[in-house]
Amino acid sequence: MVKAADGLNVEVRKSELIGIVGANGSGKTTFLNLITGYLTPERGRILFMGRDTTGLPPRVITKLGIARSFQIPQLYTHLSVLESMLLSLAAESGKGTSFWHPLYRDHWTGDGLETLDRFGLKSYSDRPVSELPEGGRKLLDIALSFALKPKLLLMDEPTSGVSIEDKFQVMDTLVKVLQQSDITTIFVEHDMEVVQRYGRRVLVFDNGQVIADGKPESVLADPEVRKAVLGHV
Amino acid sequence: MNLLALPRAALIASAVLGVAPFVVPSWVLFILTLALAKFLAVLGVALFLRAGMVTFGHALFYAVGAYTVGFSAKWFGFREALVLVPLGALTGLIAAALVGLIMARYRGVFFAMLNLAFSMILYAALLKLYWVTGGTDGLGAGTPTFLGALLPRDIFRIAYYYFALVIAGVIIYGVYRFLVSPLGYFLKALGDNEIRIEYSGESVRRVVYTTYVLSGALGGVAGVLVAFTVGHIVPEYSFWIQSGDFVFIALLGGFESVPGPLIGAIAFEFIRTYASKYWPEGWQILLGGIMLLIILYRPGGLWAIYESVAARFSGRARGEAGA
Repeated sequence: MVKAADGLNVEVRKSELIGIVGANGSGKTTFLNLITGYLTPERGRILFMGRDTTGLPPRVITKLGIARSFQIPQLYTHLSVLESMLLSLAAESGKGTSFWHPLYRDHWTGDGLETLDRFGLKSYSDRPVSELPEGGRKLLDIALSFALKPKLLLMDEPTSGVSIEDKFQVMDTLVKVLQQSDITTIFVEHDMEVVQRYGRRVLVFDNGQVIADGKPESVLADPEVRKAVLGHV
Repeated sequence: MNLLALPRAALIASAVLGVAPFVVPSWVLFILTLALAKFLAVLGVALFLRAGMVTFGHALFYAVGAYTVGFSAKWFGFREALVLVPLGALTGLIAAALVGLIMARYRGVFFAMLNLAFSMILYAALLKLYWVTGGTDGLGAGTPTFLGALLPRDIFRIAYYYFALVIAGVIIYGVYRFLVSPLGYFLKALGDNEIRIEYSGESVRRVVYTTYVLSGALGGVAGVLVAFTVGHIVPEYSFWIQSGDFVFIALLGGFESVPGPLIGAIAFEFIRTYASKYWPEGWQILLGGIMLLIILYRPGGLWAIYESVAARFSGRARGEAGA
């Protein structure tokens, strides 16, 4: 039996920017799924700011301050980019199920456009989400989570599907926005170069366990880590 | 984009429907009143179609509204339209609030067929509990009163038409507000991505449930209005064919907009009236053929046809102005 998460014990401190790296099937995404309530662990507990969130549904965990983006962007393809953003802002303000006041309110529209601008998406605001390029879809997926004003943001492979030329631009944009906002961030990546460049701390996963934890330059230079992630030294 | 702005089509529709009682014969006024009433039930069905969900059982709430009138007339001799319309909305709402507790958990074919199952349970109950419901004979609605006054027949027809028109107008405004609200957008987004909604911290079930309750209230109001228009209430109000008609009308008129179901309801009633007169054995073939054409060539329905014609005319007008 394969264990996608086995005896994990990870402590995350405020304002950290952590990169998670590992081979396919090493348990990286499972780790995010456990934190966000998509999966419930058979044993153990998940504590967020002292509160036990184990087994809580995703929407409750989101309300507590943990937001996430996905390896395959989860977007509203029939809405415009701005409408999608406004829905996140409405949800964040607790007005998501309001059925009398309009979604297009001046302060939400202003905030929405400002957030889109920070992610380099303002020029797409009136376009349908389905017309966004892949890099834009990734950024919007993260921007929608960011708009929820989370205390902890989890990003699953933010550069997967993005061209080699664009991936560093995407990461530059993201890291700049996140640093300005002081949001604790964990991102999963299969690309060691991205983790090395942007992570302040790196966790290496293998067979559902953390086999290394520390600064990227030292951890990623370890031959055992390189073998576990890349399959060769 | 300001969806709350009163579009030109609404002004035209208001003007046409507003003068109708003075220019059309009484049988046309009857059809228009019937269409206005059914439009409200179709609007409830259309809300779900926008979310990619189809219901084949919304006649349930339509029947609940109609039988609210029937029981009120039978047991209390009470036929006050100004009270029974809100009461029908309330009974439809309560029924939807109960059924919705189960329905909000399901999607796709299960949502469609469970709705149908509930409406057929009501249909069977209406048939079998004949000492209460009148069985296949149904119940008489009688003529409604307005603030206690029973109007002369000719005046009543016109007054009741305007009454239905005002109610439809108020509900159109309410549904517009709903559609441009966060909940309305979440409903639209529901067909796209439930995962993103949940990970925004919102409950998909709550979105479905709230919409379900609203659509139940709309069905209830429609049932009250139809009961007083036709004057007789029968179990077929809850039959699956009635639910199918609502879906048909939504597709015919176009469910993406609020005016679409209204145009669909008017067109449907006229097509049915004329076709059943001139082609009584095969008028369903005509309806089926129209549906086929709509789905194949204009999935947006009659409203989409109107929009494309209007866009062509306005484009031509701009071209001529610029020349």
